[in-house]
Formats: sequence, structure tokens, C-alpha cells
Amino acid sequence: MAAGVATWLPFARAAAVGWLPLAQQPLPPAPGVKASRGDEVLVVNVSGRRFETWKNTLDRYPDTLLGSSEKEFFYDADSGEYFFDRDPDMFRHVLNFYRTGRLHCPRQECIQAFDEELAFYGLVPELVGDCCLEEYRDRKKENAERLAEDEEAEQAGDGPILPAGSSLRQRLWRAFENPHTSTAALVFYYVTGFFIAVSVIANVVETIPCRGPTRRPPREQPCGDRFPLAFFCMDTACVLIFTGEYLLRLFAAPSRCRFLRSVMSLIDVVAILPYYIGLFVPKNEDVSGAFVTLRVFRVFRIFKFSRHSQGLRILGYTLKSCASELGFLLFSLTMAIIIFATVMFYAEKGTNKTNFTSIPAAFWYTIVTMTTLGYGDMVPSTIAGKIFGSICSLSGVLVIALPVPVIVSNFSRIYHQNQRADKRRAQQKVRLARIRLAKSGTTNAFLQYKQNGGLEDSGSGEEQALCVRNRSAFEQQHHHLLHCLEKTTCHEFTDELTFSETLGAVSLGGRTSRSTSVSSQPVGPGSLLSSCCPRRAKRRAIRLANSTASVSRGSMQELDTLAGLRRSPAPQSRSSLNAKPHDSLDLNCESRDFVAAIISIPTPPANTPDESQPSSPGGSGRASSTVRNSSLELCVCSQAEIWHHLRFPVPSAVPVELEADKDVVSISQ
Amino acid sequence: MAGTDKIEDELEMTMVCHRPEGLEQLEAQTNFTKRELQVLYRGFKNECPSGVVNEETFKQIYAQFFPHGDASTYAHYLFHAFDTTQTGSVKFEDFVTALSILLRGTVHEKLRWTFNLYDINKDGYINKEEMMDIVKAIYDMMGKYTYPVLKEDTPRQHVDVFFQKMDKNKDGIVTLDEFLESCQEDDNIMRSLQLFQNVM
Repeated sequence: MAAGVATWLPFARAAAVGWLPLAQQPLPPAPGVKASRGDEVLVVNVSGRRFETWKNTLDRYPDTLLGSSEKEFFYDADSGEYFFDRDPDMFRHVLNFYRTGRLHCPRQECIQAFDEELAFYGLVPELVGDCCLEEYRDRKKENAERLAEDEEAEQAGDGPILPAGSSLRQRLWRAFENPHTSTAALVFYYVTGFFIAVSVIANVVETIPCRGPTRRPPREQPCGDRFPLAFFCMDTACVLIFTGEYLLRLFAAPSRCRFLRSVMSLIDVVAILPYYIGLFVPKNEDVSGAFVTLRVFRVFRIFKFSRHSQGLRILGYTLKSCASELGFLLFSLTMAIIIFATVMFYAEKGTNKTNFTSIPAAFWYTIVTMTTLGYGDMVPSTIAGKIFGSICSLSGVLVIALPVPVIVSNFSRIYHQNQRADKRRAQQKVRLARIRLAKSGTTNAFLQYKQNGGLEDSGSGEEQALCVRNRSAFEQQHHHLLHCLEKTTCHEFTDELTFSETLGAVSLGGRTSRSTSVSSQPVGPGSLLSSCCPRRAKRRAIRLANSTASVSRGSMQELDTLAGLRRSPAPQSRSSLNAKPHDSLDLNCESRDFVAAIISIPTPPANTPDESQPSSPGGSGRASSTVRNSSLELCVCSQAEIWHHLRFPVPSAVPVELEADKDVVSISQ
Repeated sequence: MAGTDKIEDELEMTMVCHRPEGLEQLEAQTNFTKRELQVLYRGFKNECPSGVVNEETFKQIYAQFFPHGDASTYAHYLFHAFDTTQTGSVKFEDFVTALSILLRGTVHEKLRWTFNLYDINKDGYINKEEMMDIVKAIYDMMGKYTYPVLKEDTPRQHVDVFFQKMDKNKDGIVTLDEFLESCQEDDNIMRSLQLFQNVM
């Protein structure tokens, strides 16, 4: 979309006069242009705010909606203006693009909304001008990252819902990774934590000197030597538990090689190996020295706590992510240490009985000084030494202080990310539950409508319950569509409770009773075909008071919250609808009519167009699937026609006027 | 686009923004008036600002009307019936053409469109497997909680009834002529076809 190509076209054509003398063949005739009406002012009405601009301005970019003939679809002949039902604030930026050639990005608006507007008007996001490009890209990337995290968390299977039919291995692994999923996992989690603590404490206490009971020379020996058996038993128990845990994890891991290479498993191995090595090493003098040093590795058991503590994990991530800063710190420190140690050594070389015997010896002094520890075991005595010593300590402060803020900010970012992830996970459950509730609202709206006798042919104006009559046009059409589907397949929609009741009755071998009278028994399987699509559709009895469907207790709670007053007892069954249902009319109208919720289920938006990553064309970029009285809904409604071939009696269509826009005359047939 | 450069191809895809033919052309090609086309386009554009619907979006939209069950299989067949050129995306022209046939077309056109829908592999014949797929997809939309309870072989029985009626020469496949003939003999179907005249 070259900028302003259309504007320069007349100029280029005029310049073609220069070719005339050279042309060897007659030039083709110019395309006939419709009598140009001169430049005119177009009025674009965006949600009530009128924008006026020259037609030529819009024609500058013929690849966009406003520049092409596509805007004719939005032309309103009555008022003579182009009406768009979009955000007027955003439109300002779009129009400014036509005027100035630069697309600016609004600072306060959500970047997603801006993107959607651009997509609607046919502008490519790459057109954003240089002044705003960086910010636009940054905000987009931020958004994308945040949403990618969301998806990752979802896919990582944090949800408590386990896929059905998972093997023991998968269940075990899940119990290990998310201890909150089951009580057994939680118990195991706490038990291992306890034993880690016990093991670490035992290691520590082992070395405390405890005075022996005998006072003859009051020897102090470490507790470990006084009670060797006790400590050995404790150690054995801990190691057995750790070994068991490690083996179980190894068994349950989905990818054993990856598990073996992971950090946590290495820590586990290091924690338990010394014990086994100690078991098999014979107790001779020279080897036992090495064995003693092996025991130091037992302290690594403390790292096993990182499975239990999220803070520890965050610290680990931080250090990993700050690896470059830490590397820089280490490198610069090493340089400084070597420099200052050399200087101090040569400065102090002359003095007698100096501590600075060699440069490596001076390293210790430099480190202690740079980190402002100052033990005082090595002090310079010459004046030059003291001068350089003070320079050393001053520079030490600087060098160490430099990378620290970076590390801290990294830690803070990771920590906050974790907080956000936890918060989001908690909100997600509530959010999903509410969405499910809203969805079942639409489902139940139809069932409610049926129970109120909406489908009865005999229902004329007054007899139909008020709640039936007060439905919106959308509801009417939607219910008609569902009704068509029912007729096509010869089955009716029911709710979970009735379904399980029917199942229960079927399994109990309930007798079929073709009811023309009051009956409350569901129809058995035998009469399926014969009772298929009766003229008077069989109405289910209002649920029995002593419902045996204990299966659906859980879902009943959900239904209860929706149904509200729906459970009002209506003694007679709905199948006797030939009688004037005046009494039941009042009863049924107590329950509120469900407004078929126009649900806008926020689906995650598609990947943003990055240079390296193409976004899937078109449709998936549309995040909202708001159900409106849109043309696509019409196509859905018209599908019911196709079902005629599969089934015969279809309820007469609900004559509806397409709800037209405000200034378009309603199209009625 | 001479697709030599892969990056260019991908860029081209991201900038897909289909613009429909002019209003006058569409008015001439379909049975809708300008006003109706405008209304249709506005709705279409709102859902799909890029001008094309792909199968995923189509399935999502369709599924919202049938919350009880799973509408994705049927939506898939429907999508391929709309997408006459088999490009994988439905443009506004395809959409409007199909709607024009379904809502304003002659009986013949409607029946032919339906035949085309049932004929999944577009070979000109409907066989039992195709019909089975379609019927199963429709039953899937009913969901689990139906009354009476859906049995395993209900779709098969349904297909058998259908074939009994439609397959005149009992050769196991239904051709377009057999289909048209059988439908025109059936009063119910004829009557129902007029039902949706005033959907728009």
C-alpha cells in the first residue's frame, strides 16, 4: 500500500504526453471515467459522531475499506452518509492516517482494541508510524506474552480435572507434581518434607558436643559419637524414604531420560548416595577419611526443600536468569582482586614479618577488603599499602553494587509473575464456572420455553404464558431452530435430571405407558419408534418429589441456582395440555423467563502479527464470538431447511422481521 | 503471487483482507436487494473484519446455537458446502450466494444445494456412508440429554428410512434426479421449503 499512490496518478498520466512523439503505434484510448462530480465532502457517521472529509482524502489509499467500494456497503441512502457502528475515538486515528499518511497509536487505549479497529478498516498494523511504532510493538509483545503464559498454564495441566482413563503412572506423576490434587499426595508431600527437616536437623545435631555422663575426664564428644546407633537409625529411615520417593518418581516420570537429567533428581541422588557408599566402604583408616568427606554431601538434602518451597524455586530461577549479570560480577571482581592483590603485595614487600607473603596470599586480603568485611588478620603497614588498601575498599563497594540492582529487578519480576500466575489460576476457576453457568442458561431457556407450552400449536395469544410471549425475536428464532432439530431427529432436548431419571427408569425396566392422561412415567425403550414425534409431544412430568436420581445431585445444585422458582410444584402433568392450563399458567409464570444470555465468550486472541510469525488469516483473529442478530445467524437458521429431508413435520416458522439498523427501513416480507 | 519467497507468502497471508465485489454486482448475482445486502454485509464484517471466514470461526459461531451438543462435525460439512471453490475460507460472495439460494431460490435450486451438502465427496452421488456421516453429525448436535434416550443405532435406522424413500432403483446410491424426484413427491418437504421465505 504505497502512500498516496492514488494522489500522484494524474501527474504520472499527464507526464505520458512526453511519449507521444516516440510512440510507433497509436496509444490505447483512455478508460471512460464516470462524470466526475468534482471533489465532494463525504460524511462518515461513526456511532453518532460525524466526521467530514474530502472524497479525495479517502481515495488516497484504495486498498482500505474507506478507500474502496467496500464503503458502499455502509452507505445509508436516507441520510446520505456512511454509518459505521464502531468506536468513534479510534476512528479519529484511522481518519488521521488518510489525512497525514501516518498512523498513530493511541496511548490510553487497549492495544487489542486498536488492532481490531485496524483490521476492520483494512489497515495493516505495519503502517503505524515510526514515532509510535516502538511503543505499539512493545505493548503488543507484552500482551502476547501474558496470554502465552495463560495458555501455557492451561496446557500444563494445572487443572484438577484429570483426563479420564489415565494410567497409574500418569496419576502418580500428577500427584507428585501437584500435591493439591488429592489428599494422599498432600500427605506424601508433608511426610517427605518432615523427613527432610529431620534429616537436616540430625546432621546438624550430630556435631554438637554433648557432655558424657561420666565425669572422669569430662570429655566432650559430638553427639554423633555418643549415640551412634540412634543417629544411624534416623539416617537409615530418612534415606529409605528418600530412596523410595526417588524410585517412585522415576517410575512415574513421563520421560525418564529427561527426569534423570533434571536438577531435582540430581539433588536427590546426591543426597542419598553418600549413605550407600558409606554402607559398602569397609571401615579402614585411609578410606574412611574420604568417607567422612562424603558425609558433607548430606547437607544437599536441604535443597530438596525447593520442591516444597516456591520461594526457593523463584530464587533458583532468578539466579539462572541473571547468569550473565552474575558472570559479569564475578569477572570484574576477579580482575579487581588480581590487580589490587598485586599492588598490595609489591607495596608491602619491603616490610618485615609481613602477612603479604605472596600474591595469592594477598588475594585473601583483597577479597576481605573489597567486600568491606575487614577481618583484620592482614593489615598493610606501609603508607603506600594503606593508600592502596583504601582505594581497594572504595572500589569494592562500587563494583559489587553495580550488578545487584539488575539481579534484584529480575527477582522482583519473576516473583510478581508467579504471584500473577497464582492469582490468575484462582480466578480462572471462578471464571470458567461462571461461563459454564451462563451457557447452561441458554440451554435451559429453551427447555423452560418448552415446558411453558411454547411449542403447542394451540397456544394462541392469550393462552400462551406471558413469559413465552415476551421473548425477543432472537430467542424466538433460536428456539424455532432448536425445535426444528428436535423434529428432525425425533428426540427432544431435556436436562440432565430428567435424562438420568429416564435412564433409571429404563434400567429398572419401567413399563411404557402411553399417556394421554396424567402420567409421570418416562417412556420405555420399546415404544421408541412408535411414540416418535407424536402430534402432541409428550411432556415430562414435573420431577417426582422423591427423585431417585442421586447421580445428578451435583449438577442439581447448579440447576437449582438457575432454576430458582422453577421447582414450584405443578401437580398435573403437562401432557394434558388440551385442557385450559390456566392454573398451571400462573404457576409456571412464577419462574422467571430466562433471558437467553447473549454470551460473549472471550476467546483468547490469535497470535499477533510478528515479522517472523504469520498470524493465521482472518477469522481466527476475531476474538469475540458475540452472538448477534448477524447475517451468519441467518445462515444457521436457514440450515433448518435442510433438515426437512430428514424429517417431516416442521413447526411453522416464526415470522420475524430482521431487526434492521436504526435508519434502515425494516425489511418485512 | 509468484511464491518463490516463503516470507513473502507468509506476509501475503497475514495481510489477507478480502474485499467483496461491488454492491451492484452482488445485487445482480443474487436475489437480494441492496438494502438486504448491506445488512448482511455489516453483520458479516463485524464477525470477520478480514472478509473471510475460516473453518474454525465458522464452527465456533455455529456451536453457539447448539449449546447442548457438539455441532462441529455438522459445521464442518456445512462449511464445505458453502466453500464452493474449496479454498478453505468462505468469502462474502460465497456466503451471500448460498444464502440467496437457500432463502430466495427456487425449489429446484434449494434441493440441489441440499444434495450438494449431503454429497460429501462431491462426486454426484449420495451413498449410505455419506448419509450416515451427515445424520450422525446432526444427532451429535442433540447432545447427550435427550428424551427419549438416544440409542446407538438410531442414526442407522434413520438413514435406512431415508434411503428407502429416496433410492428409487434400490441401487444403494441416490442420484440428483432421484433426490429431486422423491422430494418433489413429498408434500411435507415441499411445504416446509416455503417456511424460510421470511427469515430475512
